[in-house]
Amino acid sequence: MFTAFLIKYAEIGVKGKNRYIFEEALVKQIEFALSKIDGEFAVRRTQGRIYVDGVSAFDFDEAVGALLKVFGISGVCPVVYVEDEGFEKLGEDVVKFIDDVYPDKNKTFKVCARRARKNYPKSSMEINADLGGIILDAFPDMKVDVHKPNIELNVEIREKIYIYSEIIPGPGGMPVGTGGKAMLLLSGGIDSPVAGYMISKRGVTLEAVYFHAPPYTSERAKQKVVDLAGYVAAYAGPMKLHVINFTDIQLYIYEKCPHDELTIIMRRYMMRIAEMIAGESGCLGLVTGESIGQVASQTMQALAATNEVCTMPVYRPLIAFDKQDIVDISEKINTYETSIQPFEDCCTIFVAKHPVTKPNLKVIRAHEQNVFDKIDGMIETALSTREIIEIG
Amino acid sequence: MEVYLDNSATTKAYPEVARLVADIMTEDYGNPSSMHLKGVEAEKYIKYSKKTIAGIMKVQEKEIFFTSGGTEADNWALIGTAYANYRAGKHLITTRIEHPAVLQTMEYLKEQGFEITYLPVDRTGRIRLEDLERAIRRDTLLVSIMYVNNEVGAIQPIEEAGALIKRMNPGTLFHVDAVQGFGKLKLFPKKWNIDMVSVSGHKIHGPKGVGFLYIDERVKIKPIIFGGGQQRNFRSGTENVPGVAGIGKASELIYRDLEEDTERLYRLKEYFVRELSRMPHIYINGPQDETGAPHIVSASIAGIRSEVLLHALEEKNVYVSSGSACSSHKHTISATLESMGIEKQLMDSTLRFSFSVFTTKEELDYTLECLDELVPMLRRYTRR
Repeated sequence: MFTAFLIKYAEIGVKGKNRYIFEEALVKQIEFALSKIDGEFAVRRTQGRIYVDGVSAFDFDEAVGALLKVFGISGVCPVVYVEDEGFEKLGEDVVKFIDDVYPDKNKTFKVCARRARKNYPKSSMEINADLGGIILDAFPDMKVDVHKPNIELNVEIREKIYIYSEIIPGPGGMPVGTGGKAMLLLSGGIDSPVAGYMISKRGVTLEAVYFHAPPYTSERAKQKVVDLAGYVAAYAGPMKLHVINFTDIQLYIYEKCPHDELTIIMRRYMMRIAEMIAGESGCLGLVTGESIGQVASQTMQALAATNEVCTMPVYRPLIAFDKQDIVDISEKINTYETSIQPFEDCCTIFVAKHPVTKPNLKVIRAHEQNVFDKIDGMIETALSTREIIEIG
Repeated sequence: MEVYLDNSATTKAYPEVARLVADIMTEDYGNPSSMHLKGVEAEKYIKYSKKTIAGIMKVQEKEIFFTSGGTEADNWALIGTAYANYRAGKHLITTRIEHPAVLQTMEYLKEQGFEITYLPVDRTGRIRLEDLERAIRRDTLLVSIMYVNNEVGAIQPIEEAGALIKRMNPGTLFHVDAVQGFGKLKLFPKKWNIDMVSVSGHKIHGPKGVGFLYIDERVKIKPIIFGGGQQRNFRSGTENVPGVAGIGKASELIYRDLEEDTERLYRLKEYFVRELSRMPHIYINGPQDETGAPHIVSASIAGIRSEVLLHALEEKNVYVSSGSACSSHKHTISATLESMGIEKQLMDSTLRFSFSVFTTKEELDYTLECLDELVPMLRRYTRR
């Protein structure tokens, strides 16, 4: 029955003179999301509102599902358009709308009319009162409550007349494309896809980097990361995934450095490499899924040790999250099932039984010198032989 | 060079089989139950396939029933006879090293009130007849033993077991999961006192999604799939005509020069094992004489996790499988290797190389070359 959607957006409404940039980005993201589903849609921006009109037939649930993945949308209102064929006909349409949408009539309601077309013969107040009367006559179980109604029936008089009452909560945030670009370190675990999702929710476009260590990590482990990037891209939009072959670097560090510092030193090189790619691709920061104290390499001391090698800001949206909270989000964005597939990732293959939890920066720096001999060449090779996969 | 040594997982189809399957799908695509000519043509393929298979095993055509594969055949043999004969007894015997299609079905029957005895195996992965003799009781309904173990290739003494079972308790049924044995070894159910045999198509260069269960005409069995009453009401569902024709053709081809092929595979295996054993700290699991199948070599390469070596070989286009799946997140211990008493360290380092009629000495030489290069390199980096 619904032929269109009114898109509500909260935060971007307050952006002053830049507002059109945000609105245009939102329209673009909505169009992109809808291009992935069956049906044709027209997205239009009029008088501070965004409408999505179904041009052809479409599946309601599918369309809502696509819209709920667009950051910047705070709510989606399914709308029915009716032609203006006189007030009597409007009364019938409104009664039919309520009958279709609310099988249970034991509800309170109020009518909120809005008259964008000022030559309409009735004023807003008159429309409210008259439609209210018609509804009460049609459904004796319904009652009026102007303060806290169960149903707020919106009737907008425009070229056509728009009727809507429900607001489906959207994901919030800001439209992707309005917040610059960042490089996500994607591991295949539960946390990093969630971190990417959260940063992207602030309007940030993403690229991602994955460290692959064949033969220690398998083709399936890589496929898992590609799949995860796909889930993140459902929200964040298309992204490049850089796959770095990290085996030689890892083995070299393994040979030259103390075993209990392997993970820290390895991560320092991952950050360095990620930053190099980030710089090339115009990214303004790195994104990781780190959370204080979750594992040995994520203590405050370890984070300081890995952070030290970066000059770009490192965004860690999960830094104060408990694991369960992260899992909850990963379930919401559909990455959980994929993340828990048991493939070895490059961080776990040579992990020491007792890695350092409070690395001393001076000691780490000293031991890192053991690899200075060849490491730059190896990084260069890793960068030049990287595989770039287009996701989404 | 691409070397596929994972033929116990699945095999490449014979080109003749692939052509036949495609032709039937596009030309003779009728439903064998249809009354018109198209149906009659389709039915001919099924008859021909039954005839071929029955001829190979020297059984009656009407004793062959087509299924969706080895797993369904195993499920049906166990569940179908357990439900049809439970009044005679609720005791079942199998081995610890069966395929999950048997083991999981046994677990299901246990939940339904049946009692299961699991026979142990010796260091080479074979059951001992004394254990079987001790396990058989008056209320033993069925014994299920695989012909060839899929992980180490141990050939079970099914001929002797058949004789023993019928001597101890003539009422006890004997099922053989021959998924790894059919096409590699001879199999004569009637002569060997075997009542049921499960076979899968894709292990013998046939199509996936098709298998069969041989059921001796005297066996009381209930269907586990209900519907339109095809295959004399025992296994409903429109017959998978291309698959059935494919498994028939594959059976015919694989048994055509069986003795010659088996002899050649044994020589290849012997060569491969000898060369492997020259490398330090490589241990061969399972029998190395003719009580082991000609196409399976299980080797533990100490000091390297199997998954790593598998992927390293994969980079060189050599495809093998690991003896037991293991990663830091999940640990699936191989029931077979564990039952054989292989040390845990070695279990995690076990690879299975499985050959087929297409395997050549050049391919094995290339594989050995790769191992020569990779094993010492990978041994340098182990988890400390």
